[in-house]
Amino acid sequence: MNTVVYDGSFEGLLTSVFEIYEYKITAPFIVKSGEANGSLFGNLHHVQTDIAKSSRVYKQLNNQLSKNGITQLYKTFLSEIKEIENLLFRYIQYVLSSKQGVENDFSNADVLLVQQTSRKVDREKHRMEAFVRFQLTKDQLYYALIQPDYNVLPLIAKHFKARYADQRWLIYDSLRKYGLYYTGENLEEIEMNFDVDPTNKQSLKALYDEDEELYQKLWQQYFSSVNIAARKNMKLHIQHMPRRYWRYLVEKQPT
Amino acid sequence: MSDRITEKLSILADAAKYDVSCSSSGSNRKNNNKGLGNTGNGICHAYTEDGRCVSLLKILLTNVCIFDCAYCVSRKSNDIKRAAFTVQEVVDLTINFYRRNYIEGLFLSSGIFKNADYTMERLVLVAKKLRTEHKFNGYIHLKTIPGASEEIMKEAGLYADRLSINVEMPTEKSLALLAPDKRREDMIRPMEYLKTAIIANREEKKLFKSAPMFAPAGQSTQMVIGATPETDLEILYMANGFYKKMNMRRVYYSGYVPISNDNRLPAIGTPVPMIRENRLYQADWLMRFYGFEVQEIVNMENPLLDTDIDPKLSWALRNLQFFPLDVNIADEKLIMRVPGIGIQSAKKICAARKFKRLNGEHLKKIGISYNRAKYFINTDNEFERKDWQPWQIKQFILNEGSSKYKPNFSPQLKLF
Repeated sequence: MNTVVYDGSFEGLLTSVFEIYEYKITAPFIVKSGEANGSLFGNLHHVQTDIAKSSRVYKQLNNQLSKNGITQLYKTFLSEIKEIENLLFRYIQYVLSSKQGVENDFSNADVLLVQQTSRKVDREKHRMEAFVRFQLTKDQLYYALIQPDYNVLPLIAKHFKARYADQRWLIYDSLRKYGLYYTGENLEEIEMNFDVDPTNKQSLKALYDEDEELYQKLWQQYFSSVNIAARKNMKLHIQHMPRRYWRYLVEKQPT
Repeated sequence: MSDRITEKLSILADAAKYDVSCSSSGSNRKNNNKGLGNTGNGICHAYTEDGRCVSLLKILLTNVCIFDCAYCVSRKSNDIKRAAFTVQEVVDLTINFYRRNYIEGLFLSSGIFKNADYTMERLVLVAKKLRTEHKFNGYIHLKTIPGASEEIMKEAGLYADRLSINVEMPTEKSLALLAPDKRREDMIRPMEYLKTAIIANREEKKLFKSAPMFAPAGQSTQMVIGATPETDLEILYMANGFYKKMNMRRVYYSGYVPISNDNRLPAIGTPVPMIRENRLYQADWLMRFYGFEVQEIVNMENPLLDTDIDPKLSWALRNLQFFPLDVNIADEKLIMRVPGIGIQSAKKICAARKFKRLNGEHLKKIGISYNRAKYFINTDNEFERKDWQPWQIKQFILNEGSSKYKPNFSPQLKLF
């Protein structure tokens, strides 16, 4: 086994694929540089992300996968599931070695797993499009904190940019410590430490626009008024809105 | 001021919640004017504790009503608090909720005050203000008031994504009994007008891309079920008529929630017919997405849907002559009819079988409900291939599964 270490970026992964072929690395095991500790096997190969190399792999994949297939590959990568790189490498190998497109060959375990993982990521993307709750600050910035299971910020950017084109907003992933900031004109990815404790109401209130609390209260009121008590079904409620998302949902905060 | 608006919201949201439609899909309004919002496939932003989706701000403009429909909380004879929003209040709530990503848009309905047109004009005014003054491109669903004139509906269609008129009851007889002020023809006429206008607009859009949109998400309707004695046959035939003849996008079935001591209706405390409602929606899906004809689902011999099993399984058990099916060669349309295989799985099976002959293990991994499907497809397993009788298959499936409705059918008495 030969360990291939890359920087954790998608381009880095594609560069790794290129170099595995270039240097004919046998039995490669791909890891992110941060995760490469102690238990490394065989030879160590460090990959420098190289856009020229990654684009060549990307171009070749583009020839052999549909647009949907490429998206699936990228979404699966964003799952950040442990050892996902090695699944993706096997998948890419299979794609590149086949003459016909194989993205629908669901009796192949790797193909099926990529498809299923990408669906999980897609569902999380959709959840974030639903569960982002913006709060308006005094300087008219709509900001929201999220903690998605997978790294979906790159996937939701387009949706929020199209929808909220006339307001400044920030969506911050408090697990991965980076956010998307829309200036009203442009979208920027920003890295920062945004230390707001969502449970500390006092520190939040100091930041709020004067109407913010009113609308949060109104939303909570609305949420409880539309419920039909005679049809109570908590199992279904939690299935649709799992508890781990409640932390940042205005309607699930105690009033 | 803020207390008053909170109270109004609680009254007027509470009164609107029996309208079950919360769909925000089917429209494709782009944010081209650097305004606020867009529409697409629809998003459920929250779910209430009853498990229903919250996608739209669903409220009444007012719960003051001159009608006296027995099944409705806002009926004039009901002694409840009345309230009314101003047009501006609804606009402000919609915009501010939308900007915070709480909602996909607005569902606005109303009690009927003065007359149909007067009420409808107020609803249209809200939509117009949102679209023109606030450049709002989010979803707007307006309720059409029975008896509203064509002029006002025409205007409504220009601002709304979807329009709906509730038929309320599955038959004219029930309507006359429970909603003496409402006439069936006052509902059907606007539906027909909308159908014609929507089709005309689609044609116009084909010729001139710049033609204004008219109710791009079409029209829908709703009926209350379980309040009156209609069979599922009557309900589903009526729904089928709406889909086929009125180009309805959706028919909603609202299990009656007892809210009144009126002796024409089930008493307070009667359980909401949730299983029946669920089975009706399953049947509705079979008609809309699975290519089933209504008479395959219910007919004179089988006027009621089974409650213990879903309508697709019922159909399959009545039609074992079509099975077992070889999923490696069968048509996708037929595979979709196998109990335990949905549309997505059928598509996946058809894509995957081009590469390799699929066996049971593959099918399980692809994600079909194998324990159900195995009695209806070719397998290598001898037990599964045996010539079982329909009632035997039904028993096997019921014993294996843990239906969420099982407690309702358990022959054992619950003592505690």
